[in-house]
Amino acid sequence: MLNPLFWLQAISLAFSQIWANKSRAFLTALGIIVGVASTTAVIAALTGLRARVLTEFESVGASKFFVFPDRPDNAPRNLYPFEKIRVRPEEARAIKEECTLVKAVTPVTEVGLDVQQGDKIIDGITVAGIWPDWHVVQNRFVVEGRPFTQIDEDGERQVCLINSDAITELNLPANPVGESILIGGRRFAIVGVVETTQARFFGMNTSSAEIFIPFSVAAKMQDLNFFMRVEGLFTSPEVAEDGQEEVRFVMRRMRGILPGGVETFSVTAIDRFIEQFKALAAGITAIAGGIVGISLLVGGIGIMNIMLVSVSERTREIGLRKAVGATPMAILLQFLLEAVTLCLVGGFIGIAVGRLAAFGLTKIPGAQLDQADIPFWAVVLSFAFSAFTGLVFGMFPAIKASRLDPIEALRHE
Amino acid sequence: MAESARAASGGSDALIEVRGLTKIYKVGVETIHALRGLDLAIGRNEMVAIMGSSGSGKSTLMNMLGCLDRPTGGQYLLNGRDVSHMGARELAQVRNEEIGFVFQSFELLPRQTALENVELPLIYAKGGWRGRRARALAALDRVGLAQRVHHRPNQLSGGQRQRVAIARAILNKPSILLADEPTGNLDSATTAEILTLFRQIHAEGQTVVIVTHEDEVAAHCHRVVRLRDGRVLSDLPVAQDSAGRHLPGVSALAAAKGGDAC
Repeated sequence: MLNPLFWLQAISLAFSQIWANKSRAFLTALGIIVGVASTTAVIAALTGLRARVLTEFESVGASKFFVFPDRPDNAPRNLYPFEKIRVRPEEARAIKEECTLVKAVTPVTEVGLDVQQGDKIIDGITVAGIWPDWHVVQNRFVVEGRPFTQIDEDGERQVCLINSDAITELNLPANPVGESILIGGRRFAIVGVVETTQARFFGMNTSSAEIFIPFSVAAKMQDLNFFMRVEGLFTSPEVAEDGQEEVRFVMRRMRGILPGGVETFSVTAIDRFIEQFKALAAGITAIAGGIVGISLLVGGIGIMNIMLVSVSERTREIGLRKAVGATPMAILLQFLLEAVTLCLVGGFIGIAVGRLAAFGLTKIPGAQLDQADIPFWAVVLSFAFSAFTGLVFGMFPAIKASRLDPIEALRHE
Repeated sequence: MAESARAASGGSDALIEVRGLTKIYKVGVETIHALRGLDLAIGRNEMVAIMGSSGSGKSTLMNMLGCLDRPTGGQYLLNGRDVSHMGARELAQVRNEEIGFVFQSFELLPRQTALENVELPLIYAKGGWRGRRARALAALDRVGLAQRVHHRPNQLSGGQRQRVAIARAILNKPSILLADEPTGNLDSATTAEILTLFRQIHAEGQTVVIVTHEDEVAAHCHRVVRLRDGRVLSDLPVAQDSAGRHLPGVSALAAAKGGDAC
């Protein structure tokens, strides 16, 4: 059994057997090929998606955080009405003044308003009220005109920033600085143009026109208990955790929450979203793994079938091998090795096809999968799964071969 | 001449010693007594023909001698070792080291060359790795096929194929060369060649047992064992057996050999 000649001949025999029955071997291994190819392609797509999303998160800023109103889980609604838990402008001010780890912070309130320029009216454009620090938080600066200043905010001036998409949608001149538009029936002077970024998540950029007005003005244009959130930037991504604690401390104090009291707000750093997305990606990967399991099961049954055919075709050969001294174990190993080899060849072709599919994915325009690639672990795993399938489904035919009676086998027609 | 047969079989150094061998097959509800207490002894460097009509137990005996099957009762000592109760693994090793098979239909692997076919037993041998090529080439040379080592079976004639099979059988220098109707698929000229080869190998010291139903083949052996109903019917030197007289051309030779033995 430990004779190297045995292993050498068993492996070369396995390959020559596949070579001699090329089309049959191919059809047999098709299940494995399709299974491995589809799974590796899915994993490649997922890898591409992941890389894409993570870069987008990074462009948003890994040190970014949000403060939202939040009810404790399972708490009755009437105990925490929205008026009580809404984030207030003074809370944003407190964060700005007291948190040392916060570099920049802005309240954001969004309201849908009709916007008019000349005879062009667009209904319900999202108009966001912001502080001047918004430029820093969002890493978006003006390409024309000037950014917001504290004077705009404090003086509640009727000025606005628009993005370049809004210029076209509102039929404004190429440089609209100095023009004025009607927002919710009030006249606003356009003081600057901000760049349009792609930093929005998939499918969320339905309207690409954006209009920004000073937060103090936006607050006046809404109900008393309007909805707002706080967006901010920590001094660096490394301090995200400490910064979060700091913001929580200030928020608790502002709301008078005693130690042990439930929090009526949430502070979420962007790395939380990254983690959530990673968990989602891992879940999809696990599902892909389940699919490969099923397809390998189907492929494995094909392997078992063809190995049974092979055993019955080669009964005389088995008889002869036994006559010249092959032990049952040697016969078993030989057929097992053949099944495993067949599966590995199938796995190899499957990975090649999957790689081709992954390459095809990168070429789909607009799919944003240009980073799709099969990670090394997926290649290793595919081979391991293929070999395992060969072992499991090759076992029954191999046992059958090893138990053949040499006399019967030699008499077999 | 009778004494020579007895001397060979009765010696304590007998290579094969079979005592009271029985084999019972169960086919459905029927039980078939293939061997009914058979006794046989074969000494070193004998050349024996085992003959008998179908149903005589000839094939069953061959399977027993070749360690392909285990007896129901009785004892089989090969080289002084009791092989009648060995397990499948041990028997495989005994076959590998002690038995060389030659079959009627050659049983060569079609996709392998003559050399690879001859090497086959070494795959399953202990330490078969070293010097395998040289040993296989030497065996092929012994059967006169040194020029045909890289041919595949379908590129060889029937006689050449059987020579490859014989080279494979003698590769491990087995205790017994066991041939089952080795000339059954060959024409008469080739039959003569193959039988001459067997005699030559025997002359070099190899014990040869040929199972056959042809007197012409049996006439090349020195001793003829005839079976009937699972027992030994007769066990005679070839000159005294009817096989020796069947073919005039061979009978003279056999008679001469018998005379020599006397």
